[in-house]
Amino acid sequence: MIKRIFKNFKMSTILTIITWTIILSFWYIITKLEIFTSTLVPSPYKVWTTFIYILNKGYNGIPLIIHLLASFERLFIALVLAIITAIPLGLLSGYSRRVRAIIDSIVEFYRPLPPLAYYTLLILWFGIDNTSKIVLLYLAGFAPIYIACVSAVTKINMDYILSAKSLGADSKKIFFKIVLPACLPEIFTGIRTAVGVSYTTLVSAEMIAATSGIGWMVLDASNFLKSDVIIVGILIMGLTGILIDYGLRYLEKKIVYWKGHV
Amino acid sequence: MTKKDRKSLIDIKDLHLEYGMKNNSIHALDGINLKIRQGEFLCLLGPSGCGKSSLLNIIAGFIKPTRGSCLMEGKPITGPDWHRGVVFQSPTLYPWMNVRENVEFGPRMRGLPEDEIKEIKDHFLEQVKLSGFGEKNTFELSGGMKQRVALARVLANYPQVILMDEPLGALDALTKVNMQILIRDIWKENNSTIFLITHDIDEALKLATRIVVMSKRPGKIIKEFNVAFTHELFENPKYTIHSDEYFEIKEEILQIINSQIEE
Repeated sequence: MIKRIFKNFKMSTILTIITWTIILSFWYIITKLEIFTSTLVPSPYKVWTTFIYILNKGYNGIPLIIHLLASFERLFIALVLAIITAIPLGLLSGYSRRVRAIIDSIVEFYRPLPPLAYYTLLILWFGIDNTSKIVLLYLAGFAPIYIACVSAVTKINMDYILSAKSLGADSKKIFFKIVLPACLPEIFTGIRTAVGVSYTTLVSAEMIAATSGIGWMVLDASNFLKSDVIIVGILIMGLTGILIDYGLRYLEKKIVYWKGHV
Repeated sequence: MTKKDRKSLIDIKDLHLEYGMKNNSIHALDGINLKIRQGEFLCLLGPSGCGKSSLLNIIAGFIKPTRGSCLMEGKPITGPDWHRGVVFQSPTLYPWMNVRENVEFGPRMRGLPEDEIKEIKDHFLEQVKLSGFGEKNTFELSGGMKQRVALARVLANYPQVILMDEPLGALDALTKVNMQILIRDIWKENNSTIFLITHDIDEALKLATRIVVMSKRPGKIIKEFNVAFTHELFENPKYTIHSDEYFEIKEEILQIINSQIEE
């Protein structure tokens, strides 16, 4: 029976489970032996009850779901904007050296800057509300998608385009039927990177100026040394991050099903 | 109708091709004169790197010659066009479309009505013996099957001439023989005009009605052979050729190509 259960798991899954079992037991033993005060390292049980409490009563009078929705609203709007602007601009840059000369330098300049360095300026320009946060996340998400598109166009198999031309396709049809789908796998990788980058930026943005959101919750808790809330917040961020990427990978498999087969 | 009477489809006159920068330019083609006549199966043989593919790319309209003219039915070739279908060495099937959508691509791009597209697709999938594979993904197919889809996709446009750039080069020996039979059958059945590049002398002898041998770079046409073994093989595909003529021509072509490599 046990053997059969083991067979159904892959070796890598087993290793992951073992790793996390060890981390959790280590955590449990440390708190059980009371090596540190519970303010420094709250016990797993305490974190769990805090999680249940926040789930039922919310944090600071605001339900957890509202915190999450506030964060995801910012993330979602910024990413949609990034996708609809970065893909056309990126593909255009891949096509035309002139467009690339203009946009590339800007992207290359701001991309390595730490977002928090220019966030204060964005707050000054766009106000402390959602707009400045969305602009910040938009900038974070734009670069990876743009870069992926440029590279996808420059790497496209020329024979795809030549064969389409000699099959009677005009340049508009070649763009939509050949160039765009040929670039999709790489665009998807760009979007996944963009989501990751925007997500980490989101949390830092909320830590500086906000009154809602999962990042704000963690920062507020740290002001009052509520380490159990901090850990709950971190766990929620980590898990939602994994879930988002899982969802994107699922979409990727459905939409660019041919990826890796060419 | 004798060969000379046949209408010439493609007319190449004193064609030169140079590419690269002025200081280290490469002279790829040197004064090519060639006619492709309607209904013929023309095979182009030559040592590798002799500019065979460049010549095909010029006829296809993918590149422009440096000097000389390349006419189709008297009009200069200015760019790719569905009247000249191209089968590439590695099949350039679009992986985001299934087999059916790949075959329908040409007719659909030309805006044919839906029922006609379907008819064409059914006909040519059957002709390349892939009926029932329409809904398969292209990456599920073997190399030979992919090349058959690529062929069907080109045939679906009823091109006036089919250009093939070593289409069987990457296939295993058995698949290759079956593909040669298929290509010959399709050529006969559709009355197609085919221009095929190969480095396989037997393939050229078994398929062509005319063989043109090119020199090493800069590519020139050095010899032309009119052959008819393809007709014999069409009557009896199992037939193995024992005629002295076959081996004499093969020997002669081998000698030409070897002398080009050794020089």
